[in-house]
Amino acid sequence: MATAAAQQTAGVLASDTAGAAAEADALQRAFDAAVAADERIEPRDWMPDAYRASLVRQIAQHAHSEIIGMQPEANWITRAPSLRRKAILMAKVQDEAGHGLYLYSAAETLGVSREELLDKLHSGRQKYSSIFNYPTLTWADVGAVGWLVDGAAITNQVPLCRCSYGPYGRAMVRVCKEESFHQRQGYELLLTLSRGTPEQHAMAQDAVDRWWWPSLMMFGPPDDASQHSARSMAWKIKRHSNDELRQRFVDICVPQAEALGLTLPDPDLKWNEERGHHDFGAIDWAEFQGVLKGNGPCNEQRITQRRRAHDEGAWVREAAAAHAAKHTATTGAGQE
Amino acid sequence: MTATAPAPATTAALALGDDALVLSHRLGEWVGHAPVLEEEVALSNIALDLLGQARVLLSMAGDEDELAYLREERAFTQLQLVEQPNGDFAHTIARQLYFSTYQHLLYAELATGSGVFAPLAGKAVKEVAYHRDHAEQWTLRLGDGTDVSHERMRRACTALWRFTGEMFQPVEGLDVDLSALEAAWLESVTAVLDRATLELPEGPRAGAWSAGAGRQGLHTEPFGPMLAEMQHLHRSHPGATW
Repeated sequence: MATAAAQQTAGVLASDTAGAAAEADALQRAFDAAVAADERIEPRDWMPDAYRASLVRQIAQHAHSEIIGMQPEANWITRAPSLRRKAILMAKVQDEAGHGLYLYSAAETLGVSREELLDKLHSGRQKYSSIFNYPTLTWADVGAVGWLVDGAAITNQVPLCRCSYGPYGRAMVRVCKEESFHQRQGYELLLTLSRGTPEQHAMAQDAVDRWWWPSLMMFGPPDDASQHSARSMAWKIKRHSNDELRQRFVDICVPQAEALGLTLPDPDLKWNEERGHHDFGAIDWAEFQGVLKGNGPCNEQRITQRRRAHDEGAWVREAAAAHAAKHTATTGAGQE
Repeated sequence: MTATAPAPATTAALALGDDALVLSHRLGEWVGHAPVLEEEVALSNIALDLLGQARVLLSMAGDEDELAYLREERAFTQLQLVEQPNGDFAHTIARQLYFSTYQHLLYAELATGSGVFAPLAGKAVKEVAYHRDHAEQWTLRLGDGTDVSHERMRRACTALWRFTGEMFQPVEGLDVDLSALEAAWLESVTAVLDRATLELPEGPRAGAWSAGAGRQGLHTEPFGPMLAEMQHLHRSHPGATW
Protein backbone atom coordinates (compact mmCIF):
# COMPACT_ATOMS: atom_id res chain seq x y z
CA MET A 1 0.00 0.00 0.00
CA ALA A 2 0.98 3.64 -0.49
CA THR A 3 1.62 4.09 3.20
CA ALA A 4 4.39 1.52 3.15
CA ALA A 5 6.04 3.24 0.18
CA ALA A 6 5.79 6.58 1.90
CA GLN A 7 7.32 5.11 5.02
CA GLN A 8 10.22 3.75 3.04
CA THR A 9 10.79 7.18 1.61
CA ALA A 10 10.58 8.59 5.09
CA GLY A 11 13.25 6.14 6.24
CA VAL A 12 15.58 7.17 3.39
CA LEU A 13 14.99 10.82 4.14
CA ALA A 14 15.82 10.28 7.78
CA SER A 15 19.17 8.63 7.11
CA ASP A 16 20.07 11.37 4.62
CA THR A 17 19.14 14.41 6.63
CA ALA A 18 17.98 15.65 9.95
CA GLY A 19 17.49 12.36 11.80
CA ALA A 20 14.78 11.37 14.21
CA ALA A 21 12.66 14.52 14.18
CA ALA A 22 12.42 14.63 10.42
CA GLU A 23 11.66 10.93 10.28
CA ALA A 24 8.84 11.26 12.80
CA ASP A 25 7.45 14.17 10.86
CA ALA A 26 7.55 12.27 7.58
CA LEU A 27 5.90 9.21 9.15
CA GLN A 28 3.16 11.37 10.58
CA ARG A 29 2.56 12.99 7.20
CA ALA A 30 2.46 9.62 5.46
CA PHE A 31 -0.05 8.41 8.03
CA ASP A 32 -2.20 11.52 7.67
CA ALA A 33 -2.12 11.18 3.89
CA ALA A 34 -3.16 7.53 4.05
CA VAL A 35 -6.09 8.35 6.33
CA ALA A 36 -7.10 11.31 4.16
CA ALA A 37 -7.04 9.07 1.08
CA ASP A 38 -9.28 6.49 2.85
CA GLU A 39 -6.52 3.92 2.76
CA ARG A 40 -6.41 1.20 5.37
CA ILE A 41 -3.79 1.31 8.11
CA GLU A 42 -2.39 -2.19 8.61
CA PRO A 43 -0.61 -3.73 11.63
CA ARG A 44 2.93 -3.24 10.31
CA ASP A 45 2.35 0.37 9.26
CA TRP A 46 3.57 3.21 11.39
CA MET A 47 0.81 4.88 13.38
CA PRO A 48 0.71 7.59 16.03
CA ASP A 49 0.89 6.23 19.59
CA ALA A 50 -2.38 7.92 20.44
CA TYR A 51 -4.10 6.28 17.44
CA ARG A 52 -2.82 2.89 18.57
CA ALA A 53 -3.91 3.50 22.17
CA SER A 54 -7.31 4.73 21.09
CA LEU A 55 -7.89 1.64 18.92
CA VAL A 56 -6.74 -0.71 21.66
CA ARG A 57 -9.18 0.95 24.05
CA GLN A 58 -12.09 0.81 21.62
CA ILE A 59 -11.50 -2.71 20.25
CA ALA A 60 -10.86 -4.14 23.72
CA GLN A 61 -14.03 -2.56 25.04
CA HIS A 62 -15.87 -3.96 22.06
CA ALA A 63 -14.44 -7.45 22.65
CA HIS A 64 -15.25 -7.26 26.37
CA SER A 65 -18.82 -6.24 25.50
CA GLU A 66 -19.23 -9.36 23.37
CA ILE A 67 -18.21 -11.70 26.15
CA ILE A 68 -19.98 -9.91 29.00
CA GLY A 69 -22.96 -9.62 26.65
CA MET A 70 -23.23 -13.40 26.61
CA GLN A 71 -24.42 -13.36 30.23
CA PRO A 72 -27.80 -11.61 30.04
CA GLU A 73 -28.87 -13.85 27.16
CA ALA A 74 -27.31 -17.06 28.47
CA ASN A 75 -29.47 -16.38 31.52
CA TRP A 76 -32.40 -17.67 29.41
CA ILE A 77 -30.82 -20.62 27.58
CA THR A 78 -31.97 -23.16 30.15
CA ARG A 79 -35.48 -21.67 30.26
CA ALA A 80 -36.19 -21.00 26.57
CA PRO A 81 -39.83 -21.93 25.97
CA SER A 82 -39.44 -23.97 22.77
CA LEU A 83 -36.65 -26.07 21.32
CA ARG A 84 -36.50 -23.89 18.22
CA ARG A 85 -36.01 -20.75 20.31
CA LYS A 86 -33.49 -22.51 22.48
CA ALA A 87 -31.44 -23.47 19.42
CA ILE A 88 -31.57 -19.91 18.06
CA LEU A 89 -30.48 -18.47 21.39
CA MET A 90 -27.62 -20.93 21.81
CA ALA A 91 -26.39 -20.19 18.31
CA LYS A 92 -26.55 -16.50 19.03
CA VAL A 93 -24.59 -16.65 22.26
CA GLN A 94 -22.05 -18.87 20.55
CA ASP A 95 -21.65 -16.23 17.82
CA GLU A 96 -20.98 -13.65 20.50
CA ALA A 97 -18.12 -15.70 21.90
CA GLY A 98 -16.82 -15.91 18.33
CA HIS A 99 -17.11 -12.14 17.92
CA GLY A 100 -15.12 -11.74 21.12
CA LEU A 101 -12.43 -13.95 19.60
CA TYR A 102 -12.27 -11.96 16.32
CA LEU A 103 -12.03 -8.72 18.25
CA TYR A 104 -9.32 -9.87 20.66
CA SER A 105 -7.38 -11.02 17.59
CA ALA A 106 -7.86 -7.60 15.99
CA ALA A 107 -6.64 -5.94 19.21
CA GLU A 108 -3.62 -8.25 19.32
CA THR A 109 -2.46 -6.92 15.94
CA LEU A 110 -1.81 -3.68 17.83
CA GLY A 111 0.73 -5.29 20.14
CA VAL A 112 -1.35 -6.22 23.19
CA SER A 113 -2.31 -9.73 24.33
CA ARG A 114 -5.71 -11.17 25.08
CA GLU A 115 -4.54 -12.12 28.58
CA GLU A 116 -3.53 -8.57 29.31
CA LEU A 117 -6.85 -7.21 28.06
CA LEU A 118 -8.85 -9.76 30.05
CA ASP A 119 -6.85 -8.82 33.10
CA LYS A 120 -7.81 -5.18 32.57
CA LEU A 121 -11.46 -6.17 32.22
CA HIS A 122 -11.37 -8.25 35.39
CA SER A 123 -9.68 -5.50 37.37
CA GLY A 124 -12.08 -2.83 36.11
CA ARG A 125 -9.43 -0.89 34.19
CA GLN A 126 -11.24 -1.44 30.90
CA LYS A 127 -14.97 -1.16 30.37
CA TYR A 128 -17.66 -2.95 28.42
CA SER A 129 -20.90 -1.61 27.05
CA SER A 130 -23.16 -0.20 29.78
CA ILE A 131 -26.17 -1.99 28.30
CA PHE A 132 -25.10 -5.37 29.66
CA ASN A 133 -25.51 -4.14 33.20
CA TYR A 134 -29.26 -4.41 32.82
CA PRO A 135 -30.99 -7.66 33.79
CA THR A 136 -33.00 -9.97 31.52
CA LEU A 137 -36.10 -10.48 33.65
CA THR A 138 -38.46 -12.21 31.24
CA TRP A 139 -38.24 -14.26 28.04
CA ALA A 140 -39.35 -11.18 26.08
CA ASP A 141 -36.10 -9.51 27.12
CA VAL A 142 -34.29 -11.92 24.82
CA GLY A 143 -36.32 -10.48 21.95
CA ALA A 144 -35.87 -6.89 23.09
CA VAL A 145 -32.13 -7.39 23.39
CA GLY A 146 -32.07 -8.81 19.85
CA TRP A 147 -34.18 -6.07 18.34
CA LEU A 148 -32.97 -3.00 20.25
CA VAL A 149 -29.53 -3.83 21.62
CA ASP A 150 -28.31 -5.64 18.52
CA GLY A 151 -30.06 -3.02 16.41
CA ALA A 152 -28.17 -0.22 18.16
CA ALA A 153 -24.94 -2.22 17.89
CA ILE A 154 -25.44 -2.65 14.15
CA THR A 155 -26.17 1.04 13.67
CA ASN A 156 -22.88 1.73 15.46
CA GLN A 157 -20.90 -0.99 13.75
CA VAL A 158 -21.88 -0.75 10.10
CA PRO A 159 -19.88 2.49 9.70
CA LEU A 160 -17.00 0.78 11.54
CA CYS A 161 -16.70 -1.62 8.58
CA ARG A 162 -15.01 1.36 6.87
CA CYS A 163 -12.81 2.12 9.88
CA SER A 164 -9.32 3.33 8.95
CA TYR A 165 -7.70 0.42 10.81
CA GLY A 166 -7.88 -2.62 8.52
CA PRO A 167 -8.14 -5.51 11.01
CA TYR A 168 -10.93 -3.79 12.95
CA GLY A 169 -12.87 -2.93 9.79
CA ARG A 170 -12.63 -6.50 8.51
CA ALA A 171 -13.70 -7.94 11.88
CA MET A 172 -16.72 -5.62 11.76
CA VAL A 173 -17.80 -6.93 8.34
CA ARG A 174 -18.08 -10.43 9.76
CA VAL A 175 -19.64 -9.30 13.02
CA CYS A 176 -22.28 -7.16 11.29
CA LYS A 177 -23.45 -10.00 9.06
CA GLU A 178 -24.13 -12.20 12.06
CA GLU A 179 -25.57 -9.39 14.18
CA SER A 180 -28.10 -8.51 11.48
CA PHE A 181 -29.31 -12.07 11.55
CA HIS A 182 -29.67 -11.99 15.35
CA GLN A 183 -31.50 -8.71 15.19
CA ARG A 184 -34.10 -10.09 12.78
CA GLN A 185 -34.56 -13.13 15.01
CA GLY A 186 -35.07 -10.88 18.06
CA TYR A 187 -37.63 -8.85 16.16
CA GLU A 188 -39.44 -11.99 15.08
CA LEU A 189 -39.46 -13.27 18.68
CA LEU A 190 -41.10 -10.03 19.85
CA LEU A 191 -43.57 -10.13 16.97
CA THR A 192 -44.63 -13.64 17.96
CA LEU A 193 -45.15 -12.51 21.56
CA SER A 194 -46.92 -9.32 20.54
CA ARG A 195 -49.40 -11.34 18.46
CA GLY A 196 -49.68 -14.10 21.07
CA THR A 197 -51.77 -14.26 24.23
CA PRO A 198 -52.51 -11.06 26.20
CA GLU A 199 -49.90 -12.18 28.75
CA GLN A 200 -47.29 -12.61 26.02
CA HIS A 201 -48.14 -9.21 24.52
CA ALA A 202 -47.79 -7.56 27.93
CA MET A 203 -44.47 -9.33 28.42
CA ALA A 204 -43.20 -7.94 25.10
CA GLN A 205 -44.35 -4.41 25.92
CA ASP A 206 -42.75 -4.51 29.35
CA ALA A 207 -39.44 -5.62 27.86
CA VAL A 208 -39.45 -2.83 25.27
CA ASP A 209 -40.33 -0.33 28.02
CA ARG A 210 -37.27 -1.41 30.03
CA TRP A 211 -34.77 -1.70 27.14
CA TRP A 212 -35.60 1.36 25.04
CA TRP A 213 -33.71 4.04 26.97
CA PRO A 214 -30.69 1.91 27.81
CA SER A 215 -30.44 1.11 24.08
CA LEU A 216 -30.34 4.82 23.21
CA MET A 217 -27.54 5.21 25.76
CA MET A 218 -25.47 2.67 23.81
CA PHE A 219 -24.51 5.43 21.37
CA GLY A 220 -22.54 7.12 24.13
CA PRO A 221 -22.70 10.61 25.61
CA PRO A 222 -24.08 13.54 23.58
CA ASP A 223 -21.65 15.04 21.07
CA ASP A 224 -20.80 18.03 23.23
CA ALA A 225 -19.74 15.72 26.08
CA SER A 226 -17.97 12.96 24.17
CA GLN A 227 -14.28 13.02 25.02
CA HIS A 228 -13.00 10.71 22.27
CA SER A 229 -15.34 11.55 19.39
CA ALA A 230 -13.61 14.39 17.57
CA ARG A 231 -10.24 12.67 17.38
CA SER A 232 -11.75 9.31 16.43
CA MET A 233 -13.61 11.00 13.60
CA ALA A 234 -10.49 12.83 12.41
CA TRP A 235 -8.69 9.48 12.34
CA LYS A 236 -11.64 7.88 10.55
CA ILE A 237 -12.03 5.31 13.25
CA LYS A 238 -15.52 6.67 13.72
CA ARG A 239 -17.47 8.00 10.77
CA HIS A 240 -20.48 9.58 12.49
CA SER A 241 -21.09 11.31 15.77
CA ASN A 242 -22.91 9.67 18.69
CA ASP A 243 -25.95 11.90 18.24
CA GLU A 244 -26.15 11.27 14.48
CA LEU A 245 -26.15 7.53 15.00
CA ARG A 246 -28.66 7.76 17.84
CA GLN A 247 -31.00 9.78 15.63
CA ARG A 248 -30.61 7.25 12.83
CA PHE A 249 -31.49 4.45 15.25
CA VAL A 250 -34.62 6.21 16.56
CA ASP A 251 -35.80 6.86 13.01
CA ILE A 252 -35.37 3.17 12.16
CA CYS A 253 -37.08 1.90 15.32
CA VAL A 254 -40.27 3.98 15.27
CA PRO A 255 -41.87 2.27 12.25
CA GLN A 256 -40.59 -1.11 13.44
CA ALA A 257 -42.31 -0.61 16.81
CA GLU A 258 -45.53 0.23 14.97
CA ALA A 259 -45.23 -2.93 12.89
CA LEU A 260 -44.68 -4.88 16.09
CA GLY A 261 -47.82 -3.43 17.62
CA LEU A 262 -45.79 -2.11 20.55
CA THR A 263 -45.23 1.40 21.84
CA LEU A 264 -41.96 3.11 22.72
CA PRO A 265 -41.91 4.58 26.25
CA ASP A 266 -41.34 8.21 25.28
CA PRO A 267 -44.22 10.75 25.38
CA ASP A 268 -42.05 13.28 23.54
CA LEU A 269 -41.41 11.01 20.57
CA LYS A 270 -42.90 12.56 17.41
CA TRP A 271 -42.10 13.11 13.75
CA ASN A 272 -40.56 16.50 12.99
CA GLU A 273 -41.49 17.41 9.43
CA GLU A 274 -38.99 20.24 9.29
CA ARG A 275 -35.99 18.17 10.34
CA GLY A 276 -37.15 15.03 8.57
CA HIS A 277 -36.41 13.12 11.77
CA HIS A 278 -38.15 12.05 14.93
CA ASP A 279 -37.79 14.28 17.94
CA PHE A 280 -37.40 12.36 21.16
CA GLY A 281 -37.28 12.97 24.88
CA ALA A 282 -34.29 13.68 27.10
CA ILE A 283 -32.04 10.79 28.06
CA ASP A 284 -31.32 10.30 31.75
CA TRP A 285 -27.58 10.92 31.60
CA ALA A 286 -27.29 10.62 35.37
CA GLU A 287 -28.42 7.01 35.09
CA PHE A 288 -25.94 6.45 32.25
CA GLN A 289 -23.06 7.85 34.31
CA GLY A 290 -24.14 5.81 37.31
CA VAL A 291 -24.11 2.57 35.30
CA LEU A 292 -20.72 3.47 33.77
CA LYS A 293 -19.34 4.06 37.26
CA GLY A 294 -20.36 0.56 38.29
CA ASN A 295 -23.69 1.28 39.95
CA GLY A 296 -26.02 -0.31 37.43
CA PRO A 297 -28.30 -3.19 38.38
CA CYS A 298 -25.89 -5.95 37.29
CA ASN A 299 -22.36 -4.49 37.18
CA GLU A 300 -21.21 -6.44 40.21
CA GLN A 301 -22.86 -9.68 39.11
CA ARG A 302 -21.47 -9.53 35.56
CA ILE A 303 -17.87 -8.93 36.51
CA THR A 304 -18.01 -11.40 39.39
CA GLN A 305 -19.25 -14.15 37.08
CA ARG A 306 -16.57 -13.32 34.50
CA ARG A 307 -13.80 -13.34 37.13
CA ARG A 308 -15.08 -16.55 38.63
CA ALA A 309 -15.16 -18.32 35.26
CA HIS A 310 -11.60 -17.15 34.63
CA ASP A 311 -10.29 -18.04 38.10
CA GLU A 312 -12.01 -21.40 38.26
CA GLY A 313 -10.71 -22.18 34.77
CA ALA A 314 -7.09 -21.42 35.66
CA TRP A 315 -6.23 -25.06 36.37
CA VAL A 316 -7.66 -26.05 32.96
CA ARG A 317 -5.54 -23.49 31.12
CA GLU A 318 -2.49 -24.56 33.14
CA ALA A 319 -3.15 -28.20 32.25
CA ALA A 320 -3.40 -27.36 28.55
CA ALA A 321 -0.14 -25.42 28.70
CA ALA A 322 1.64 -28.19 30.65
CA HIS A 323 0.38 -30.82 28.22
CA ALA A 324 1.49 -28.77 25.22
CA ALA A 325 4.93 -28.25 26.78
CA LYS A 326 5.37 -31.96 27.48
CA HIS A 327 4.22 -32.88 24.01
CA THR A 328 6.60 -30.40 22.41
CA ALA A 329 9.47 -31.60 24.59
CA THR A 330 8.98 -35.30 23.85
CA THR A 331 8.23 -35.18 20.12
CA GLY A 332 9.74 -31.92 19.03
CA ALA A 333 6.49 -31.09 17.24
CA GLY A 334 5.05 -27.67 17.80
CA GLN A 335 1.49 -28.78 17.35
CA GLU A 336 -1.27 -29.57 19.88
CA MET B 1 -48.48 -39.21 26.69
CA THR B 2 -50.47 -41.99 25.13
CA ALA B 3 -52.69 -44.64 26.62
CA THR B 4 -51.41 -47.40 24.35
CA ALA B 5 -47.87 -48.72 24.45
CA PRO B 6 -45.61 -46.77 22.09
CA ALA B 7 -44.24 -48.45 18.98
CA PRO B 8 -40.68 -49.81 19.33
CA ALA B 9 -39.24 -47.19 16.97
CA THR B 10 -40.90 -44.52 19.10
CA THR B 11 -39.36 -45.92 22.25
CA ALA B 12 -35.92 -45.83 20.67
CA ALA B 13 -36.41 -42.36 19.17
CA LEU B 14 -37.41 -41.05 22.58
CA ALA B 15 -34.47 -42.71 24.31
CA LEU B 16 -31.91 -41.30 21.87
CA GLY B 17 -33.73 -37.98 21.67
CA ASP B 18 -33.82 -37.61 25.44
CA ASP B 19 -30.09 -38.37 25.66
CA ALA B 20 -29.35 -35.58 23.23
CA LEU B 21 -31.87 -33.14 24.75
CA VAL B 22 -30.70 -33.55 28.33
CA LEU B 23 -26.97 -33.48 27.59
CA SER B 24 -27.50 -30.42 25.39
CA HIS B 25 -29.22 -28.71 28.30
CA ARG B 26 -26.38 -29.53 30.67
CA LEU B 27 -23.80 -28.16 28.22
CA GLY B 28 -25.95 -25.05 27.80
CA GLU B 29 -25.45 -24.40 31.51
CA TRP B 30 -21.74 -23.83 30.79
CA VAL B 31 -22.34 -20.80 28.59
CA GLY B 32 -20.67 -17.81 30.21
CA HIS B 33 -18.77 -19.98 32.67
CA ALA B 34 -16.17 -21.79 30.53
CA PRO B 35 -12.45 -21.73 31.44
CA VAL B 36 -11.42 -20.13 28.14
CA LEU B 37 -13.29 -18.38 25.33
CA GLU B 38 -12.58 -21.16 22.85
CA GLU B 39 -14.47 -23.53 25.17
CA GLU B 40 -17.45 -21.18 25.31
CA VAL B 41 -17.62 -21.72 21.57
CA ALA B 42 -16.88 -25.46 21.67
CA LEU B 43 -19.29 -26.41 24.46
CA SER B 44 -22.15 -24.34 23.04
CA ASN B 45 -21.39 -25.76 19.61
CA ILE B 46 -21.70 -29.31 20.92
CA ALA B 47 -24.84 -28.37 22.83
CA LEU B 48 -26.34 -26.99 19.65
CA ASP B 49 -25.49 -30.10 17.63
CA LEU B 50 -27.12 -32.27 20.29
CA LEU B 51 -30.19 -30.06 20.41
CA GLY B 52 -30.52 -30.39 16.64
CA GLN B 53 -30.37 -34.18 16.96
CA ALA B 54 -32.89 -34.11 19.80
CA ARG B 55 -35.34 -32.12 17.69
CA VAL B 56 -35.17 -34.62 14.83
CA LEU B 57 -35.49 -37.62 17.13
CA LEU B 58 -38.31 -36.23 19.27
CA SER B 59 -40.16 -35.23 16.11
CA MET B 60 -39.99 -38.86 15.01
CA ALA B 61 -41.83 -39.74 18.24
CA GLY B 62 -44.35 -36.86 18.31
CA ASP B 63 -44.37 -33.08 18.81
CA GLU B 64 -40.90 -31.97 19.93
CA ASP B 65 -42.10 -29.26 22.31
CA GLU B 66 -44.86 -31.34 23.89
CA LEU B 67 -42.36 -34.09 24.48
CA ALA B 68 -39.66 -31.78 25.85
CA TYR B 69 -41.82 -29.49 27.94
CA LEU B 70 -44.89 -31.42 29.03
CA ARG B 71 -43.59 -34.80 30.10
CA GLU B 72 -42.79 -35.32 33.74
CA GLU B 73 -39.58 -36.73 35.10
CA ARG B 74 -40.78 -40.35 35.14
CA ALA B 75 -41.60 -40.25 31.43
CA PHE B 76 -38.09 -39.23 30.34
CA THR B 77 -35.88 -42.07 29.17
CA GLN B 78 -32.36 -40.65 28.84
CA LEU B 79 -29.32 -42.37 30.30
CA GLN B 80 -28.57 -41.37 33.86
CA LEU B 81 -25.09 -40.46 32.65
CA VAL B 82 -26.22 -37.46 30.58
CA GLU B 83 -28.34 -35.94 33.35
CA GLN B 84 -25.41 -35.79 35.79
CA PRO B 85 -24.58 -32.23 36.86
CA ASN B 86 -21.67 -30.52 35.12
CA GLY B 87 -19.38 -30.48 38.14
CA ASP B 88 -15.95 -29.08 37.26
CA PHE B 89 -14.55 -29.03 33.74
CA ALA B 90 -12.99 -32.49 34.20
CA HIS B 91 -16.37 -33.90 35.21
CA THR B 92 -17.97 -32.44 32.10
CA ILE B 93 -15.17 -33.80 29.92
CA ALA B 94 -15.40 -37.29 31.44
CA ARG B 95 -19.16 -37.31 30.80
CA GLN B 96 -18.49 -36.18 27.22
CA LEU B 97 -15.82 -38.81 26.71
CA TYR B 98 -18.04 -41.64 27.88
CA PHE B 99 -21.12 -40.45 26.03
CA SER B 100 -19.68 -39.21 22.75
CA THR B 101 -17.61 -42.39 22.33
CA TYR B 102 -20.81 -44.40 22.76
CA GLN B 103 -22.85 -42.10 20.56
CA HIS B 104 -20.25 -42.07 17.82
CA LEU B 105 -19.99 -45.86 17.71
CA LEU B 106 -23.78 -46.20 17.83
CA TYR B 107 -24.49 -43.62 15.11
CA ALA B 108 -21.74 -45.01 12.88
CA GLU B 109 -23.49 -48.35 13.01
CA LEU B 110 -27.00 -46.93 12.58
CA ALA B 111 -25.79 -44.85 9.63
CA THR B 112 -24.72 -47.93 7.69
CA GLY B 113 -28.02 -49.73 8.22
CA SER B 114 -31.34 -49.19 6.52
CA GLY B 115 -33.40 -48.60 9.67
CA VAL B 116 -35.44 -45.51 10.53
CA PHE B 117 -32.45 -43.90 12.23
CA ALA B 118 -30.08 -44.18 9.26
CA PRO B 119 -30.77 -40.70 7.79
CA LEU B 120 -30.35 -38.93 11.14
CA ALA B 121 -27.32 -41.00 12.11
CA GLY B 122 -25.68 -40.42 8.74
CA LYS B 123 -25.82 -36.69 9.26
CA ALA B 124 -25.14 -36.62 12.99
CA VAL B 125 -22.19 -39.02 12.95
CA LYS B 126 -20.01 -36.25 11.50
CA GLU B 127 -20.91 -33.91 14.35
CA VAL B 128 -20.42 -36.60 16.94
CA ALA B 129 -16.98 -37.49 15.56
CA TYR B 130 -16.00 -33.93 16.38
CA HIS B 131 -17.51 -34.15 19.88
CA ARG B 132 -15.57 -37.34 20.50
CA ASP B 133 -12.34 -35.79 19.31
CA HIS B 134 -12.91 -32.75 21.53
CA ALA B 135 -13.50 -34.97 24.59
CA GLU B 136 -10.48 -37.15 23.83
CA GLN B 137 -8.16 -34.18 23.35
CA TRP B 138 -9.24 -32.66 26.65
CA THR B 139 -8.94 -35.99 28.43
CA LEU B 140 -5.33 -36.10 27.25
CA ARG B 141 -4.63 -32.50 28.26
CA LEU B 142 -6.16 -32.88 31.70
CA GLY B 143 -4.94 -36.41 32.42
CA ASP B 144 -1.45 -35.69 31.14
CA GLY B 145 -1.30 -32.03 32.19
CA THR B 146 -0.51 -30.96 35.75
CA ASP B 147 -0.80 -32.96 38.97
CA VAL B 148 -3.94 -31.05 39.81
CA SER B 149 -5.62 -31.68 36.46
CA HIS B 150 -4.58 -35.34 36.52
CA GLU B 151 -6.21 -35.83 39.91
CA ARG B 152 -9.39 -34.01 38.89
CA MET B 153 -9.68 -36.04 35.70
CA ARG B 154 -9.07 -39.26 37.59
CA ARG B 155 -11.80 -38.44 40.09
CA ALA B 156 -14.24 -37.47 37.37
CA CYS B 157 -13.69 -40.66 35.37
CA THR B 158 -14.16 -42.72 38.53
CA ALA B 159 -17.26 -40.86 39.71
CA LEU B 160 -19.10 -41.34 36.42
CA TRP B 161 -17.97 -44.92 35.84
CA ARG B 162 -21.03 -46.45 37.48
CA PHE B 163 -23.31 -44.82 34.89
CA THR B 164 -21.55 -46.31 31.86
CA GLY B 165 -23.13 -49.77 31.90
CA GLU B 166 -26.55 -48.42 31.06
CA MET B 167 -25.49 -47.43 27.56
CA PHE B 168 -25.38 -51.08 26.61
CA GLN B 169 -28.73 -52.16 27.97
CA PRO B 170 -31.18 -53.17 25.23
CA VAL B 171 -33.60 -50.51 23.98
CA GLU B 172 -36.76 -51.58 22.21
CA GLY B 173 -36.57 -50.61 18.55
CA LEU B 174 -32.82 -50.05 18.56
CA ASP B 175 -31.45 -52.77 16.37
CA VAL B 176 -27.74 -52.90 17.11
CA ASP B 177 -25.28 -55.46 18.44
CA LEU B 178 -24.84 -54.07 21.93
CA SER B 179 -22.13 -56.45 23.06
CA ALA B 180 -19.98 -55.52 20.05
CA LEU B 181 -20.70 -51.86 20.76
CA GLU B 182 -19.68 -52.30 24.38
CA ALA B 183 -16.44 -54.05 23.45
CA ALA B 184 -15.53 -51.29 21.00
CA TRP B 185 -16.42 -48.64 23.60
CA LEU B 186 -14.28 -50.25 26.30
CA GLU B 187 -11.37 -50.59 23.92
CA SER B 188 -11.57 -46.96 22.85
CA VAL B 189 -12.00 -45.51 26.33
CA THR B 190 -9.20 -47.69 27.69
CA ALA B 191 -6.86 -46.48 24.95
CA VAL B 192 -7.66 -42.82 25.55
CA LEU B 193 -7.31 -43.10 29.32
CA ASP B 194 -4.05 -44.95 28.85
CA ARG B 195 -2.64 -42.20 26.64
CA ALA B 196 -3.86 -39.71 29.24
CA THR B 197 -1.82 -41.57 31.91
CA LEU B 198 -5.05 -42.54 33.66
CA GLU B 199 -6.17 -45.96 34.86
CA LEU B 200 -9.44 -47.47 33.75
CA PRO B 201 -11.70 -46.97 36.79
CA GLU B 202 -12.49 -50.02 38.88
CA GLY B 203 -15.85 -51.02 40.24
CA PRO B 204 -19.27 -51.82 38.84
CA ARG B 205 -20.54 -50.05 35.75
CA ALA B 206 -24.09 -49.86 37.08
CA GLY B 207 -25.60 -49.02 40.47
CA ALA B 208 -26.91 -51.78 42.72
CA TRP B 209 -30.59 -51.12 42.06
CA SER B 210 -30.60 -48.88 39.05
CA ALA B 211 -29.08 -50.82 36.16
CA GLY B 212 -30.68 -49.49 33.01
CA ALA B 213 -32.92 -47.30 35.13
CA GLY B 214 -32.79 -44.08 33.12
CA ARG B 215 -34.30 -45.85 30.16
CA GLN B 216 -37.14 -46.96 32.47
CA GLY B 217 -37.80 -43.41 33.67
CA LEU B 218 -35.95 -43.86 36.95
CA HIS B 219 -33.60 -40.93 37.29
CA THR B 220 -31.12 -39.45 39.69
CA GLU B 221 -32.22 -36.54 41.89
CA PRO B 222 -30.47 -33.71 39.99
CA PHE B 223 -32.69 -34.33 36.96
CA GLY B 224 -35.89 -33.05 38.61
CA PRO B 225 -34.60 -29.52 39.27
CA MET B 226 -33.08 -29.42 35.78
CA LEU B 227 -36.44 -30.26 34.29
CA ALA B 228 -38.25 -27.74 36.49
CA GLU B 229 -36.02 -24.99 35.15
CA MET B 230 -36.33 -26.17 31.56
CA GLN B 231 -40.11 -26.49 31.55
CA HIS B 232 -41.16 -23.65 33.82
CA LEU B 233 -41.87 -20.94 31.28
CA HIS B 234 -43.51 -23.21 28.74
CA ARG B 235 -45.79 -24.69 31.41
CA SER B 236 -46.71 -21.22 32.71
CA HIS B 237 -48.42 -20.34 29.44
CA PRO B 238 -50.50 -23.34 28.40
CA GLY B 239 -51.27 -23.43 24.71
CA ALA B 240 -49.16 -20.39 23.84
CA THR B 241 -46.89 -20.41 20.81
CA TRP B 242 -43.37 -19.00 20.98
